[in-house]
Amino acid sequence: MRHSHPTSDDLQALIDAQMSLEGPLLPILHAIQEAHGHVPEAALPLIAETLNLTPAEVHGVMSFYHDFRKAPAGRHVVKLCRAEACQSMGANALSEAVLDKLGIGWGGTTPDGRVTVEAVYCLGLCACAPAAMIGDRLIGRADAARIDAELEGAA
Amino acid sequence: MKIWVPMDSAAKALGAEAVVAAIRTEADRRGVEVEIARNGSRGMIWLEPLVEVETPEGRMAYGPMTQADVPALFEDGPEKALGLTEELDWMKRQTRLTFARCGLTDPLSLEQYEAHGGLAGLRRAIGMKAEEIIDEVKLSGLRGRGGAGFPTGIKWDTVRMAHADRKYIVCNADEGDSGTFADRMIIEGDPFCLIEGMAIAGLGCHAEKGFVYLRSEYPDAIAVLTRAIEIARATGVLGADVLGSGHAFDIEVRVGAGAYVCGEETSLLNSLEGKRGVVRAKPPLPALEGAFGKPTVVNNVISLATVPVIFEKGAAHYADFGLGRSKGTIPLQIAGNVRHGGLFETAFGMSLGQIVEDLGGGTASGRAVKAVQVGGPLGAYLSPEQFDTPFGYEEFDGQGALIGHAGLVVFDDSADMLGMARFAMEFCAVESCGKCTPCRIGAVRGVETLDRIAAGDAGAIPLLTDLCETMQDGSLCALGGFTPYPVMSALRLFPEEFGAVREAAE
Repeated sequence: MRHSHPTSDDLQALIDAQMSLEGPLLPILHAIQEAHGHVPEAALPLIAETLNLTPAEVHGVMSFYHDFRKAPAGRHVVKLCRAEACQSMGANALSEAVLDKLGIGWGGTTPDGRVTVEAVYCLGLCACAPAAMIGDRLIGRADAARIDAELEGAA
Repeated sequence: MKIWVPMDSAAKALGAEAVVAAIRTEADRRGVEVEIARNGSRGMIWLEPLVEVETPEGRMAYGPMTQADVPALFEDGPEKALGLTEELDWMKRQTRLTFARCGLTDPLSLEQYEAHGGLAGLRRAIGMKAEEIIDEVKLSGLRGRGGAGFPTGIKWDTVRMAHADRKYIVCNADEGDSGTFADRMIIEGDPFCLIEGMAIAGLGCHAEKGFVYLRSEYPDAIAVLTRAIEIARATGVLGADVLGSGHAFDIEVRVGAGAYVCGEETSLLNSLEGKRGVVRAKPPLPALEGAFGKPTVVNNVISLATVPVIFEKGAAHYADFGLGRSKGTIPLQIAGNVRHGGLFETAFGMSLGQIVEDLGGGTASGRAVKAVQVGGPLGAYLSPEQFDTPFGYEEFDGQGALIGHAGLVVFDDSADMLGMARFAMEFCAVESCGKCTPCRIGAVRGVETLDRIAAGDAGAIPLLTDLCETMQDGSLCALGGFTPYPVMSALRLFPEEFGAVREAAE
């Protein structure tokens, strides 16, 4: 994942690559975010123009979904599950400890841009709760020490 | 020496990849030739990573494995030996129809899939007329496993009889309910089963295109299913001429974007079309005007993945299992604060107490069970006093509860039930699509009202009850309509935690 400032041509190429699909808007937003770590403001009018929508409509779709970011996240994204099964195994205390240690709130990024912590509602690891995901690595029976250790090693 | 290590994401989350690396290192050190094969999970999550070694007697299980346990695999009598996998109590007591192959085979080996009964159902369906396919599904008694329990055959028939130039089969793999992971497990452990089920649905309904709407929180499942579809295309299981039948069917994976409400079928369809995942009013039914305005079957993963075994073994075989109008089997997902968490497929009818105490072994913490939430964040809490309730659609309905997608989340006696009720409202407020007022505004007011109650204002309880009634009766979909289930059941079962005396709450 690059946190770059793509040119209009870069963005248009990502948009065009999805245009053979039926209902291509979500695949377009995913493709841009995957390539650039977020969906830059500059992409919206290009998407709107290509799909014959208004920029407001594209904004409306993008902002509806939790996944899409307007700005790049920290270098490491930690997702902590807040759902019931994880709560039954102490997820609230875990998230409190992790957020306190980093000095940020839900959705926040550390001032050095290293870590972003986000809430997630279920990773499907409900029989080995509490669950967390760091980058694309899943952690079952997570505890604060384990998450600390994973982040220690990460620049 | 052949060693199986699951590639299921729960196994990975518990260290499966480190175990694979340790096996390679140890094998090299000993100069032993080892073939590491990957399988899905057997469902015994408390034993993951569950490693199996092939022996002349059968596959021997070891678990839960850590890197440190690996050297013992190469010696006699290691500490974590569990015996033959098939002889384990958890395995022997199940009726595995939908999950028959999960954990047994390499999820991405079509040869192994066929060797274990795969594609037999599709081949049989190819020889049948569309009406006969629908009749077979009707006879099996299969009901939607997503939660609503609507008869699958009737839904298919509506789509079959609709006139349109295009029809779609949409698989709802937006498994957002806490405590559920059956969809994830079957997609990661036996993806061809879902592909085969969708292809049969395509034949029965005259649809040539399928979508799997798969949540972004499941990256492993997305990767496995995408690969399996490529393999299915390359081998002619999908494509212009499905297994030489002359019928076309293809599948596309669509990734969700983190909205819980998109598990609701009409909101899913809007999302699939590239719109905000806002709920649509019904009618029109998706079966008549679904994806892109065309007749569409929207089925849950487990419903579709159960179709192949119905066609392989016959509708009567499937319908022979179960209880009353809840026919066949259900994959129970036992989760939360429980000693033996995992997936257990069984005929309907087991009591809730048996599931929690006997299969689950009670709480992980060793404390008393306080409550069990069944059916996800919109499901009711049940107390141990209701443990004799048999697991079935109508039986749970009779308790003011629902089975939903058959996830059970166990809580021990430290659970804060007012806090859980508040969380249910908070979750609804975060995830509401915003279309209908009872859900959009009601959930926010629900959080505020529960905060008043938490602050000692027991007088707000009637207000909460009234609000829940409004949400239940006035919401457009199950998000706002069912959020009252956990809230009101918590209040009913534990009135003292809401500062009410028992009489006042009843």
